[in-house]
Amino acid sequence: MQTSESKTLTINLPMTREDVSFLHVGDMVLLSGHIVTARDKAHQFLASERLPEEKIPFSLKGGVIYHCGPIVKQTAAGFNLIAGGPTTSMRLEMYEHRIISYYGIRAVMGKGGMGGQTLDALKKKGCVYLHAIGGAAVYLADRVKKVAGVWKLEEFGMTEAMWLLDVKDFPAVVTMDAHGRSLHEEIDKKSYSTFKKLVGLRD
Amino acid sequence: MRNLRDAILELYRDAATSLPADVEAGLRRSLAKEERGSAQRSALLKILENVKMARYTSRPMCQDTGVPLFFVRMPAGFSALKIRDEIVRATRIATKKIPLRPNAVDILTEKNSGDNTGTNFPVIYFEETAGKQLTIDLMLKGAGSENIGQLYKLPLRELNAGRDMDGVRKCVLDAVYKAQGRGCPPYVIGVGIGASRDQVTRLSKEQLLRSLDDKNALRTLYNTERNLLSEVNRLGIGPLGLGGKTTALSVRIGVNHRHPATYFVDVSMSCWADRRASLLIKI
Repeated sequence: MQTSESKTLTINLPMTREDVSFLHVGDMVLLSGHIVTARDKAHQFLASERLPEEKIPFSLKGGVIYHCGPIVKQTAAGFNLIAGGPTTSMRLEMYEHRIISYYGIRAVMGKGGMGGQTLDALKKKGCVYLHAIGGAAVYLADRVKKVAGVWKLEEFGMTEAMWLLDVKDFPAVVTMDAHGRSLHEEIDKKSYSTFKKLVGLRD
Repeated sequence: MRNLRDAILELYRDAATSLPADVEAGLRRSLAKEERGSAQRSALLKILENVKMARYTSRPMCQDTGVPLFFVRMPAGFSALKIRDEIVRATRIATKKIPLRPNAVDILTEKNSGDNTGTNFPVIYFEETAGKQLTIDLMLKGAGSENIGQLYKLPLRELNAGRDMDGVRKCVLDAVYKAQGRGCPPYVIGVGIGASRDQVTRLSKEQLLRSLDDKNALRTLYNTERNLLSEVNRLGIGPLGLGGKTTALSVRIGVNHRHPATYFVDVSMSCWADRRASLLIKI
């Protein structure tokens, strides 16, 4: 786990497959451009429908799906993002591989990491998993310049709607890359061997 | 009762926007232990900045303002019904004013009530006290960390865990290992041990209300808490699960009497944002 030798990279969205190939586990990144929030309902919807591009009001190609259910306040001037940190990604494991292959996204961002199916899809399609800072909702909301759009607000509600966010220097860490590495898998393995010793379990 | 409603609204604001000082100090201590230049140290720095900004701008420190859990201790003569009513009204106002994220979803219709109220939502526990003051503790329990809690029935063969403190120790290590970084560590860990399942889940939650500086009055539990904290931190899951030295800030254990044939252990975990606030009214 070479997280101590990490470097910080600036990423302007959208990304290409080649951009993604330069990213490795442990790299810290700062994202600028458009990202789209999607959590449980949006994932269920996007994974089961396989919508053609023209049916989605914003482009997902080369973009980032952000696991987040924000607090948004509607004012006369438009939507105001109050708080918007990541939600637990593992809940979306059964959908994510399909979303990665249907919509040409280049990064999935959330917290806590994802499983084997997603890791395979990242490698196959050229995509990365970015770990955002769990709970740092105010800090991260301040990296959002503007709420640039929203889809399915009526149907899904504020938390589950898909919000198009224009971000500047939004920080995250690559914890699963397109080369088959997962920091989460590595930490799980290492912690399991310590756990076994502490509990006195044999192989 | 109008004053009580306003006080509960402020209780919500305090819990959602201002991390308790003991938890913030715990995060600062963990920062000092993480390697310079590491991703987990960088994340902790941003968390501390986030805590500061949330307090300064009076915004919820996390977008998941959680399930509101109220623990009400009231002197004789108070009406639980009336207090419940004020809590529900204050919740509606707080959701709009602070604002909180509407989190109450109907099981059957899937409809979000939009104001954080619904059937037994918020969760409210009442207890009568001998004292002369009304105390209301509020915890905003995030769902990420609620989803990683575990209930154990001892003895448990797969962990080789018997009905003793060593068995309890194994349960806690198992729960944290299984949680990995999914519930936003560093965790605050609460353990409840007793006779029935419903009782220990509440008891473990109540442990999360205890200050990090609070020392268990029972010597055996105090020692178990200390040793367990150091063992949990050897797992190397680290802040946000990015690896590192601090997986938990504290372990707190509460015990009730048990039935000769039962031994339930519940492990509740809070994310680093252990949001709690307390209100005290002298009668």
